Amino acid sequence: MEIAKLTISQIHKGLKKKDFSALELCKTYLDKIKEKNKEIFAFLVTNGDLALSRAKEIDNMISAGEELPTLAGIPCAIKDNILVEDIPCTAGSRILENYIAPYDATVIRKLKNQNAIILGKTNLDEFAMGSSTENSAFGPTRNPNDLTRVPGGSSGGSAAAVAGGLSVFALGSDTGGSIRQPSSFCGTIGLKPTYGAVSRYGLIAFASSLDQIGPIAKTVEDCQIVFNAIKGKDELDSTSVESKISNFKFQISNLRIGVPKEYFIQGIDPEVEKVIKQAIKKYEELGVKIEEVSLPHTEYALPCYYIIAPSEASANLARYDGIKYGYSETRNPKSKIKSLLDVYLESRGEGFGAEVRRRIMLGTYALSAGYYEAYYLKAQKVRTLIKNDFERVFKKVDAVFTPVSPFLPFKIGEKIKDPLSMYLVDIYTVSVNLVGAPALSLPVGKIGNLPVGLQIIGRPFEEDKILEIGKLYGNN
Amino acid sequence: MISKEEVKHIAKLARLGLTEKEIAKYQKELSSILDYIEKLKEVDVSGVGPTSHSVLVENVMRGDESQKPKAKTIYPPTALPPRQAPRQKLLELAPETKDGYLKVKSIL
Repeated sequence: MEIAKLTISQIHKGLKKKDFSALELCKTYLDKIKEKNKEIFAFLVTNGDLALSRAKEIDNMISAGEELPTLAGIPCAIKDNILVEDIPCTAGSRILENYIAPYDATVIRKLKNQNAIILGKTNLDEFAMGSSTENSAFGPTRNPNDLTRVPGGSSGGSAAAVAGGLSVFALGSDTGGSIRQPSSFCGTIGLKPTYGAVSRYGLIAFASSLDQIGPIAKTVEDCQIVFNAIKGKDELDSTSVESKISNFKFQISNLRIGVPKEYFIQGIDPEVEKVIKQAIKKYEELGVKIEEVSLPHTEYALPCYYIIAPSEASANLARYDGIKYGYSETRNPKSKIKSLLDVYLESRGEGFGAEVRRRIMLGTYALSAGYYEAYYLKAQKVRTLIKNDFERVFKKVDAVFTPVSPFLPFKIGEKIKDPLSMYLVDIYTVSVNLVGAPALSLPVGKIGNLPVGLQIIGRPFEEDKILEIGKLYGNN
Repeated sequence: MISKEEVKHIAKLARLGLTEKEIAKYQKELSSILDYIEKLKEVDVSGVGPTSHSVLVENVMRGDESQKPKAKTIYPPTALPPRQAPRQKLLELAPETKDGYLKVKSIL
């Protein structure tokens, strides 16, 4: 038995039956990280000693016959924009290079409460802004399926850690596709939950009306276990909601799935389209009713997103001021700064990378006097129309199938010089964040050794239904 | 195409210190992104209200009660224990402090 290939419930059973110890399991993963992280660069920092001592404690729990939560002893990886108390949290940025998280995010408290083992923090595009993990200030992550290609982004480190066998599962965050697109590129399962389903307390904010934390795993079942462990209302996040819908049961023959015609137009790689169409056909053969639907405002989702997300980011990132925490020009002995304004200008100019500055500029422009109505308010109104499109379609169908990305994983360096071409990578994923719906990225095929993901979009708070739909694919 | 002056103005509003070279670079890049975003002008939004949050958000009020920790509260094993305010840890992250306060440069 190769313990590095086991799923969460297999590990849980194995630990209880004492087929292997939590320590053995933890060592296996730490050894793999040691061996492979140099080439993949999924982890920015590992937490080896602490992880091993936690594993020993869990073995003691097992010996003492204590009850074992499902995630007890399960090694996991955390995107480095989620705070884990007393270990660094950089958000992939120089501005937070020396920042040590002063408290745990709510999702981390929940994982720790179940005695999950945190192996380390994973690489990301700076402040989760990007689609390739090339925007990390600490260097790019590589796709474990092909080391010359990107793992997607921004949760590229988390997806690569799971795909490369360096972690059982990982947490990511998704503002415009940052869990689903790297999952598609790496061949993992990624769930972007409904907006509000998971607490954002302790997640470094990018765009607060779009951000959600979610799991990345090897199987749909693992994804579901982790989602159930981290979800729920939190009094420290006033936008979090307790979902009343759970344990969804349905009959395959009653399932109706919509395929929006606007997602299969020019621009999609024909090979990707073929794999997605074959997957949809397979569902049809299983007895699922497939019908064409229309989401007429699809083409406006990306420009709408690239006003709303940078606008919110420009406000959220105002907190990096060189005074409270993070990089400060006042600590630079050669600095000539005199006034408070200089502290702001120099700390932020030095600390932020190119893409983050670009988005702060874009958002500041869209919110500035004279442009607010033409850009920000207009985008919010278009957001209403996009939301109405989905509400209309969800009256007819249970879920929607689309590709996650129009492209296969691209080469490192291929798109980084042209910001707009990088933005177009998110064209199929941003709508979901604008409307707040949950969506799953499910690997449904490969072209050569490069995976292709099917996006399954559900009604708000129907995560269980899209997860069950995902399981159908593998069960047959 | 937005002007160099506009780029400088935005950079100042955003509190970003940029070099002349960076200003020229952002002038080009922001212009091409804004051209793409112009696409939204095609959409008729007459009579449509704005959406700021996808899920209906309501104001959440804390109960008007004293915050003293209750003695000997027993928490069920599934609930998370209360958090401790990490005041000292937060202060340690600041570049300059004095007597437990953050220190800033003069404003005038």
